[in-house]
Amino acid sequence: MNLLRFTTAGSVDDGKSTLIGRLLYDSKSVFIDQMEAVEKTSLRKGLERIDFSLLTDGLKDEREQGITIDVAYRYFATPARKFIIADTPGHIQYTRNMVTGASTADAALILVDARHGVVEQTRRHSFLAGLLGIPNVMVCINKMDLVDFDQEAYDRIVVDYARVKAGAGLRHVAFLPISALLGDNVVDPSPNMPWYQGPTLLHHLETLEVERPEGAGDFRFPVQTVIRPHSDTHHDFRGYAGRVASGKIAIGDAVTAYPSGLTSAVASIVLGDMQLEEAHTGQSVVITLADDVDISRGDTLATGASPRMEQQPLATLCWLDNSPQRPGAKYVLRHGSAEARAMLANVEGVLDVEALTFEAATQPLTANSIARVQLKTTKPLVMDAYTQNRITGSFILVDETSGATVAAGMLS
Amino acid sequence: MYDHLDELEAEAMFIIREVYAQFENPGILFSGGKDSIVVSHLARKAFAPANLPFPLVHVDTGHNFPEAIAFRDAFVQTMKTRLIVGLVQDSIDRGSVQEETGMAANRNRLQTTTLLETIEAHQFDCLMGGARRDEEKARAKERFFSHRDDFGQWDPKNQRPELWNLFNGKKRPGEHFRVFPISNWTEMDVWHYIRREGIDLPELYFARPRQVIWRSNSWIPVSDFITLRPTEVPEEKMIRFRTLGDITITGGLASEATELDDVIREIETSRQTERGNREDDKRSENAMEDRKKEGYF
Repeated sequence: MNLLRFTTAGSVDDGKSTLIGRLLYDSKSVFIDQMEAVEKTSLRKGLERIDFSLLTDGLKDEREQGITIDVAYRYFATPARKFIIADTPGHIQYTRNMVTGASTADAALILVDARHGVVEQTRRHSFLAGLLGIPNVMVCINKMDLVDFDQEAYDRIVVDYARVKAGAGLRHVAFLPISALLGDNVVDPSPNMPWYQGPTLLHHLETLEVERPEGAGDFRFPVQTVIRPHSDTHHDFRGYAGRVASGKIAIGDAVTAYPSGLTSAVASIVLGDMQLEEAHTGQSVVITLADDVDISRGDTLATGASPRMEQQPLATLCWLDNSPQRPGAKYVLRHGSAEARAMLANVEGVLDVEALTFEAATQPLTANSIARVQLKTTKPLVMDAYTQNRITGSFILVDETSGATVAAGMLS
Repeated sequence: MYDHLDELEAEAMFIIREVYAQFENPGILFSGGKDSIVVSHLARKAFAPANLPFPLVHVDTGHNFPEAIAFRDAFVQTMKTRLIVGLVQDSIDRGSVQEETGMAANRNRLQTTTLLETIEAHQFDCLMGGARRDEEKARAKERFFSHRDDFGQWDPKNQRPELWNLFNGKKRPGEHFRVFPISNWTEMDVWHYIRREGIDLPELYFARPRQVIWRSNSWIPVSDFITLRPTEVPEEKMIRFRTLGDITITGGLASEATELDDVIREIETSRQTERGNREDDKRSENAMEDRKKEGYF
């Protein structure tokens, strides 16, 4: 059983909460006391049937109280797979939350109301999914019950979406006609839409083959810390601890440490009490080398094509903090396990979220702004393009005074 | 085959190493419960072949299961690390908290003050804990690296966004962090991992004959710390505990699950059968427990 992380984007009205509630309920991931509370509330509100959106009503309460809307993580599992949902609100003012949720996602669920078709929000969510490099997108055309399960309504939206897909640079897109409210094609096939022969949403989620570019890429290993046991049994042990960001490595492979450029060969790979022959993307291991080279936190072990080393990289930046960007200010830049100081040398353009084009910046970046920028850093970043590697291609900016994470960026 | 447990393990080990690298004086909050045992196991694995580089920090209400304390002391030996105990009794004696009175008195709420006093006394800048996001709605939004102000408070409205694998432990003097390496694990993941790794647990997790009373819809163990009401008669039953906390408020389940496999099977099926079994008494017991899973946080 493996793990699939997906994100959902949408506003209150398009049935996102109902869909997630339905997935949790139909996959039996809901506790009895939660379900009872939902049944009671539905009854009290005089609803005809159980309102599944109440299962995820944390966000709703927040909305009513007018406090910050946030990313909530939810979990469910079927015999085939474990799922982590990053549930994010979809309004323009919460772009940063969607970016946060999307940063670790293998797939994105984008909901479209069958009555309204592709709207501005659909375009924006798809654009962000493309920008964040989410490998798979599932367009759920919801509320099919409200258009009499009409195939033409569905087909029209599928055709319309082709332009969105091209504009957003999405790789894999699947379409599903569903009714989250009634459960059609969510977990069970719809008796109302015999014209749809494809899988249900859950089946699709269970069988989706995720193509992460990192898996097939060159080996990258940002060193988190050096392990020196200083014990009698491991007197000379000197290992580099980290998580494989991309590619794989085996004993005997030649590796280069960056930024120093020193080379050596892998002597051993350790995971707890086990000695491994090789390690692949995603694994947290300890690597020892044949030679005594000077490597510490912030360095990267690599094979294959050299990572780039740049001090003035171009990047796409999402401003996260409520305080606007301070022009000329220096921030702490965290990239992998490395840290540098950085400033925004140039803001080349700011995304117009309605037109989805980058326009000249007229003011400092504010919360939810997405911009193309050029950075200037105090030392070279050992980096890859974000499109090739979401780990070595991403960074955050931290305000030195408050310690807040003020921006997140993807290297070009 | 790299499965979901491998991925959750790798993620947790990564987080724990970030704690080591980003903080000066971190520790692991250790309750003797399965979640903190798993976090300690992961931490040891993250630094092997070196020893666990963190002390274990126990906030002790004084109302303990004796088995849990024996387990804790043996565990500290096995892990070759230090144990730091913050006693709620000390906070009471110091006058920083007041003991609750009455039949329903317990020391659950008092733990928070003792925890903060322990952090202050030992100058911890980060404590790792075994809390998970599947435990309750508010926790569903808490970060891996959870920032605390100089009063030790968590501000859910002002959390730092966490993207990719980038964790920000920057803080001002007096502030600290709580870090939750198994945030993304569910209760089932924890149990499956315990089985896979062969992790030892206190006996309390397995059904044994125990002296209990029926109180607040739950089987409460008889101990020196509870006062029996006139109507309450202790009886011996096969009982296991799903969580371990203050002995005065930790309810047990009637169960025949004496082995780990039995416990896992029981937990796996409980969620599914519960829904169909409306009149089943066990239902409210589990519901009770699920609400009580908060532990230290």
